[in-house]
Amino acid sequence: MAGKTLAEKILSRASGKADAEAGDVVEAKPDFVFSHENTFLVNRSFAELGLEKPWDVSKVAVFLDHRSPANTAQTAAAHARIREVVRKFGIERFYDVGEGICHNLLIEERLIRPAQLVLGSDSHTTTAGAIGAFGAGIGATEMAGIWATGSIWLKVPATLRVDLGGHLPVGSYSKDVALQLARKLGHSGADYMCVEFSGSYLVDTTIASRMVLCNMAAEMGAKTALVPADATVYSWYSSRPSEDRSALCSDDDARFEATIRMDVSQIPPTVSGPDKIDLSDSVDKFLDIDVNQAFVGSCTNGRLEDLVAAAQILKDRHVAKGCRLIVGPASRRVLEDAIESGVAKILLDAGAAIIPPGCGPCLGSHEGVLGPGETCISSSNRNFRGRMGSDDAKIYIASPATVAASAVRGRIADPREVLVDAR
Amino acid sequence: MPGEHRIWKFGDDVNTDLIIPGRYLDNYDPKHLALHAMEGASPEFAAGVSRGDILLVGENFGCGSSREQAVIALKQAGVSALVAKSYARIFYRNSVNLGLMVLVSQSAYAMFDDGEEAVLDSDENAIISIDRKKKAFFEPIPAHVLKILEQGGLMPYLRKRLGR
Repeated sequence: MAGKTLAEKILSRASGKADAEAGDVVEAKPDFVFSHENTFLVNRSFAELGLEKPWDVSKVAVFLDHRSPANTAQTAAAHARIREVVRKFGIERFYDVGEGICHNLLIEERLIRPAQLVLGSDSHTTTAGAIGAFGAGIGATEMAGIWATGSIWLKVPATLRVDLGGHLPVGSYSKDVALQLARKLGHSGADYMCVEFSGSYLVDTTIASRMVLCNMAAEMGAKTALVPADATVYSWYSSRPSEDRSALCSDDDARFEATIRMDVSQIPPTVSGPDKIDLSDSVDKFLDIDVNQAFVGSCTNGRLEDLVAAAQILKDRHVAKGCRLIVGPASRRVLEDAIESGVAKILLDAGAAIIPPGCGPCLGSHEGVLGPGETCISSSNRNFRGRMGSDDAKIYIASPATVAASAVRGRIADPREVLVDAR
Repeated sequence: MPGEHRIWKFGDDVNTDLIIPGRYLDNYDPKHLALHAMEGASPEFAAGVSRGDILLVGENFGCGSSREQAVIALKQAGVSALVAKSYARIFYRNSVNLGLMVLVSQSAYAMFDDGEEAVLDSDENAIISIDRKKKAFFEPIPAHVLKILEQGGLMPYLRKRLGR
């Protein structure tokens, strides 16, 4: 009998069906669930059932991050309603305005652990894979279903293995790896699958950078993404997880749908867009496209290492005239660390506008909405037409370093070239 | 699924930002959302769609954000069913959970035109042209999905299961 993938192992445990394999439909019990502003919709559906409270509030978290602080009176009213719900049900893990983005806080606050089944009513729940947890996005009404029953049907996904070898060259980051993978796979190349990352590149890769890979897997259609827990993750949790080591990784003889191998030492700074994530290519194919707005932040690239990468470019330089740079820390902790380390000062001196921790302009509701004819280069994850505002705006996706370099030049620029320029 | 209904045809990879742009998500009222249904893909759709109409779409419909408002907007606008080559997974789940019929057919897309009227025949499990000369069959709906759709969505299904 063939071995099992990590995804199969996690869903076997969570469903109590010992031999669950890819393609099976199982009834699984999540270890942790969360929702954000759409808790409003979760509660609206949940109320239809007339139940007193969710099945286990210790496994539920609520975040206000998408339109936070409130962008309109309507959002403020929805926030108020959500706070009432949180109080009524006694949900202790509630993160209000200013705390940060759900996907970031799940890991930063150690709300989740390796090999857990984590479900969130947000498509980038795949980010949880950075610490080896099975994270998948669901909708608001089925979150209400989990609140009611503590369980959900899930199809066990096939696993696509992405083996990353080598070391990244100067100027390239995990975001560039993700964008090159998108180019290779296409925007639906991982549909319904688990993308499991492996290979020597990961050994020295931070959890923050792993979050980028797992986050971006959603843009290729993945149901979930996994970086199996290793020494980096154990030290993040300050102890070896209590789980048996074999429960945290795929078996050598597990059945993979396919294996893709990439040598990251060949990956240049990469840009994607406009409109489709798989329109990605080396930055030199995009040079000289004028940029009105540059955004460093989001659940993809809003952590300290991302702000540091931007600051390395921006130190003693200034954002070009006619261009604006918006920086959105992914959490309060990130903002505090950026202030303490002096990174925030470098960004401010360069002309950046730092916004409160949260999703910021990524989803087009506030804090940097694009106007008709404008172009934005963003470290976020989606460049769909109209995503960040006007349908007539263009969005390009890149690493924080490439975004910062582009802000300095006022047009899409190669971070390696900006770095060697005399200040 | 009785009666004849207009087909609205869209291509591949219609994402949820096109189905209901993020700028309309502040207001959770289904009627408000319906006014902007498909706005990013076709500004004429919301005003022109009638109760019972059918969306005929290509691959990967509903990709992107998990926003359930995409389904709420289509349903409230009057769309009775979607016929696609394939769906993005969260959109598919959301549709089932809110009782919007999501059908899969590989052949319907090439066979039918935008603006054409057609009949959804549940006995034949097919979409059929008015003159009955064209017929495209649907893939069977998996049992675990059908049991939720038959109750009109996840909440009605759970109400029954939990005896509420």
